[in-house]
Amino acid sequence: MKLKQWSADLGMGVRFAVAGGREGWVRMLLTAVGVGLGVALLLLTTALPNVLTVRHERESARQDLTYGAPVPAKGENTVLVGMSDTTWHQKDVRGRLLEPEGARAPLPPGVDRFPAKGEMVASPALKELLASDAGKLLRERLPDRIIGTIGEPGLLGSQELAYYAGAEHMVATENSTRVVRLTRFGDPHPTTERADPVLIMMTLVVFVVLLTPVAVFIAAAVRFGGERRDRRLAALRLVGSDSRMTRRIAAGEALAGALLGLVVGTVFFLIGRQVAGSVEVMDESFFPSYLNPSPALVLLVAVAVPAAAVLVTLLAMRGVVVEPLGVVRTAKQARRRLWWRLLLPLAGLGMLYPMVGNGRSHGDFNQYLVIGGVLLLLVGVTALLPWLVEAVVARLGAGTVSWQLAVRRLQLSSGTAARMVNGIAVAVAGAVALQMLFAGVEGQYTKDTGQDPQRASMEVDLSDRSRVAAGAREFARTKGVQASVAISSGGFGDRRRDPVSTAGITVGDCTALRELAHLPSCRDGDVFHVPGDEDAALRAFQRPGRHGFIDPSYEGGERGREIPWTVPAGVRQATARKDALQSGVGGLLLTPSALPAKASSTLYHQVYIRIDPSVKDADEHVRNTAAHVDRLANTWNWTTTRQSTRFTSLRTGLFIGAVCVLALIGASLLVSQLEQLRERRKLLSSLVAFGTRRRTLGLSVLWQTAVPIALGLLLASAVGLTLGAVLLKMTATPVTVDWTSVLSLTGAGAVVVLVVTLLSLPPLVRLMRPEGLRTE
Amino acid sequence: MSIGHTLLGLLESGPRHGYDLKRAFDEKFGHDRPLHYGQVYSTMSRLLKNGLVEVDGIEAGDGPERKRYAITDAGITDVDRWLATPEKPEEYLQSTLYTKVVLALLTQRDAADILDTQRSEHLRSMRILTDRKRKGDLADQLICDHALFHLEADLRWLELTAARLDKLREAVAR
Amino acid sequence: MTPPPGSLLAAEDLRKAYGPTVALDGAAFSIHPGEVVAVMGPSGSGKSTLLHCLAGIVPPDSGSITYDGRELAGMTDAARSALRRSEFGFVFQFGQLVPELTCVENVALPLRLNGTSRKEAERAALGWMERLEVDDLKGKRPGEVSGGQGQRVAVARALVTGPRVVFADEPTGALDSLNGERVMELLTDAARSANAAVVLVTHEARVAAYSDREIVVRDGKSRDMERAI
Repeated sequence: MKLKQWSADLGMGVRFAVAGGREGWVRMLLTAVGVGLGVALLLLTTALPNVLTVRHERESARQDLTYGAPVPAKGENTVLVGMSDTTWHQKDVRGRLLEPEGARAPLPPGVDRFPAKGEMVASPALKELLASDAGKLLRERLPDRIIGTIGEPGLLGSQELAYYAGAEHMVATENSTRVVRLTRFGDPHPTTERADPVLIMMTLVVFVVLLTPVAVFIAAAVRFGGERRDRRLAALRLVGSDSRMTRRIAAGEALAGALLGLVVGTVFFLIGRQVAGSVEVMDESFFPSYLNPSPALVLLVAVAVPAAAVLVTLLAMRGVVVEPLGVVRTAKQARRRLWWRLLLPLAGLGMLYPMVGNGRSHGDFNQYLVIGGVLLLLVGVTALLPWLVEAVVARLGAGTVSWQLAVRRLQLSSGTAARMVNGIAVAVAGAVALQMLFAGVEGQYTKDTGQDPQRASMEVDLSDRSRVAAGAREFARTKGVQASVAISSGGFGDRRRDPVSTAGITVGDCTALRELAHLPSCRDGDVFHVPGDEDAALRAFQRPGRHGFIDPSYEGGERGREIPWTVPAGVRQATARKDALQSGVGGLLLTPSALPAKASSTLYHQVYIRIDPSVKDADEHVRNTAAHVDRLANTWNWTTTRQSTRFTSLRTGLFIGAVCVLALIGASLLVSQLEQLRERRKLLSSLVAFGTRRRTLGLSVLWQTAVPIALGLLLASAVGLTLGAVLLKMTATPVTVDWTSVLSLTGAGAVVVLVVTLLSLPPLVRLMRPEGLRTE
Repeated sequence: MSIGHTLLGLLESGPRHGYDLKRAFDEKFGHDRPLHYGQVYSTMSRLLKNGLVEVDGIEAGDGPERKRYAITDAGITDVDRWLATPEKPEEYLQSTLYTKVVLALLTQRDAADILDTQRSEHLRSMRILTDRKRKGDLADQLICDHALFHLEADLRWLELTAARLDKLREAVAR
Repeated sequence: MTPPPGSLLAAEDLRKAYGPTVALDGAAFSIHPGEVVAVMGPSGSGKSTLLHCLAGIVPPDSGSITYDGRELAGMTDAARSALRRSEFGFVFQFGQLVPELTCVENVALPLRLNGTSRKEAERAALGWMERLEVDDLKGKRPGEVSGGQGQRVAVARALVTGPRVVFADEPTGALDSLNGERVMELLTDAARSANAAVVLVTHEARVAAYSDREIVVRDGKSRDMERAI
């Protein structure tokens, strides 16, 4: 009986929502779009783990690094793969040279035939880039004729830049990572990396932080158009429905909006999925097929959203006694009480507290406690904010007219204002905490490269051991290069095979050697000794007159060239520069003519380049030269630190999410702002009639949004910093506040306010037109 | 208005001379038209004849004799009966204005002009009444309102007629 | 045609169309200081549009409007707004009080828009509320007062700046006749004592009877009954 009554009332509400005329439809559409946006974001987020998995699978399927595995013998089924990665305007271009050695040579994923020398297959994005004007410079570097595109299975994302080019006469050596011989593509030892507990915890927090505001947003969306709905419900009471029935009918209306929202959300999701497949955020792109949420999560969303809509409405209606003759908002309602609102965040802290100091050494964090704690803290924001807004707004005095209009309105309905801001507050609180956590933990996941960008801006490692001299000249001629030095290095052993002592030898002209050590004086033909990390025997081995072999052979390795050489007389002592271009300079430094001519091919060559920062695309020109000199050359820009890539992707995810959430909430703020303006059309026109300036009304709209958002951001920062501090304690990292991220996030919130206000100005001006006074 | 019943009603509060009666009547009801003394005299003789009043006493003096009248029980009953009988609502079925409008239409004159002029005239009266109402006491207000509402009713008819002039023109032309 | 001598606000040959709907089609109007003029006519005749044009809220498509020797049509929107703030007062049928502000704040609003300090504006507002017998409502919000009281608050607001012209568009439309008459009495008394002109749009004869003369608008054309006779 009870169930029957319930379903009858809910059904009636649904009918009301559908049959409510134009107004009803507009309201339901607003709700549906709001809920739909939320649902779409939920679906996208729930699909995110899948994205990571698929990307990982794709990545290992095309894996061609052997990590020191023995080189298989050349055969019918082998292929030589040369690494020719490059960079284009800070974007990585994955490049591979392919040389099939037999008819059954394996093809990499996504490629259906081998390109011959001078040909290549490129990813669609690279193909497009090369064809465009912007890609002209890159075209010089990759001149091969494009004979096809890499298919989806061979790419991580739609916007990835990658190519396979044909090559000839490549040589695979045992310890080379430049050229490998493969019988098949794919990670030979697919390992699941043991997940770092701190990283897992951070991932969990990211998800909670992203999803909570979405939930808050959905809760707000089902209340769109609440005031008008309340009036309609009063009319229902007049014809005899009791207050419980009325509540259920209201819930039914919300249910209709939520159900339509599910449909809209699915559409948004499908659109978003396609869009996500064609855009690139922070150098990451996807394929739409990655974004397939797991059915269980989809089911959960499909059930939870309508259920939440009904629940939220029933809860909200508690504060509203729908009386037959109009709506009495339990006026002068009991002031919001603080104590239970404080309980939520305190409980959250309580759940996190036991894990303080765990770090990564004490095993995994309790996932439930982490999720629960973070969730309670964030939900605590939504509980505290209405109290805070009410308490502060009640104390605000009247200033200018615009301020007075805004403050009075807020005083009358601080709850509505707080509800709209809740989403932003939760998002910012979570993001602040995470940024703080990231900034704190960053040190642990960022390697110091020891590079000093002041000394050199780029480094080119040549694979070809013979062309260094010609190459160095080419670099010196390259556009935008201020200075370049070529430094070659190799080993000098005391025996032909398995030497006991091996001294490092470094070859370069006087300018180059001066970049490494303080030399007393220098002419071509000079040899210097720089004491490094050496024992007595090694020191003795570097004395003049000692015999030895350049490029000695080692047990189990490939045979070296074993070129005999004698340390010449007149070796002079020199000391390493503290800021040497290479770290650990030590051993013998040779000017070019001091080296036996045939020994040059045994050395590794590096070219260090300082570019003129004022020359546009100087580094691209350098990379072009590098590719011209040696396609297998490695080129990179010097930076001081390098981040763990896992860490980077997590941070990227947070940024993408935070941007989406803020945009979403901005949209909902705009919707409710416009709705409010529309309801006040008549009033606005009459205010204009007696001469109110547009500026005054515009400012009052701004204040009305800005005041609650300022409070929300303040609270969010406080909670965010607290949460961040606790999370840092949990990871046993010293607590430091990352003020720049706090400021930039609160700044982003402020930007949302401004944008919303700006966007609501044109409709405001339109509503303020005197035509609004016309009644006929 | 029945002057006889009104005078009877005035006597209910106590016996009065004929001249007092006239003064009381003028004060309360005779805003536009004061009562002639002769009319009081003839009315009172009729009431005497019918036994609704009696002579309470005569004051002799100079000039006309002054009779004091008092109401009888039959008189009180008569006032009761008069007050309890509803007035017949007046129906203005044959108004001059209607005739004028139809005539204007028949003779191809501008009927709207006639209506506008009439409205203006009505409003002029209403302004005078409103002004008097604002300056007068409650009794003034009630009396003026009565007249105002009647004039307003006329005006409503004018507005309605003005809105239906085209239809009326067709009907008249047939 | 030139405006009648001594007129404060006069309009000639006003035309205004909203899309295909012609609201004014050659209407004329004039009013002297301290005069109360009723604008009458059936609904949809263009009464309100005439008022909006006269008040400089809506610019007419053509025609001239002179206020105090100045041509309204030549003014910028900002200048017309300033004129409305300082020289004109407005009373509408309903929906004109800001629901969040208290009654006294509502009355003080036009003064504050002119830059008067809050204290001073509210003191002046209270004075007018006393005259209109609604000073006991000062702390209440418009939602908490009756229709007649609210309309009196609106009248106080229209008069608080000491305007030279008060525009009243069906000011008693939402009131019963007793409250309506009280509002009309207070409005015209206060306006007359301040020598302010009142443009009164109404379709009710008993409200129009508070005027000195009336203008009839029909199909966008006006007819001045005084001058017609």
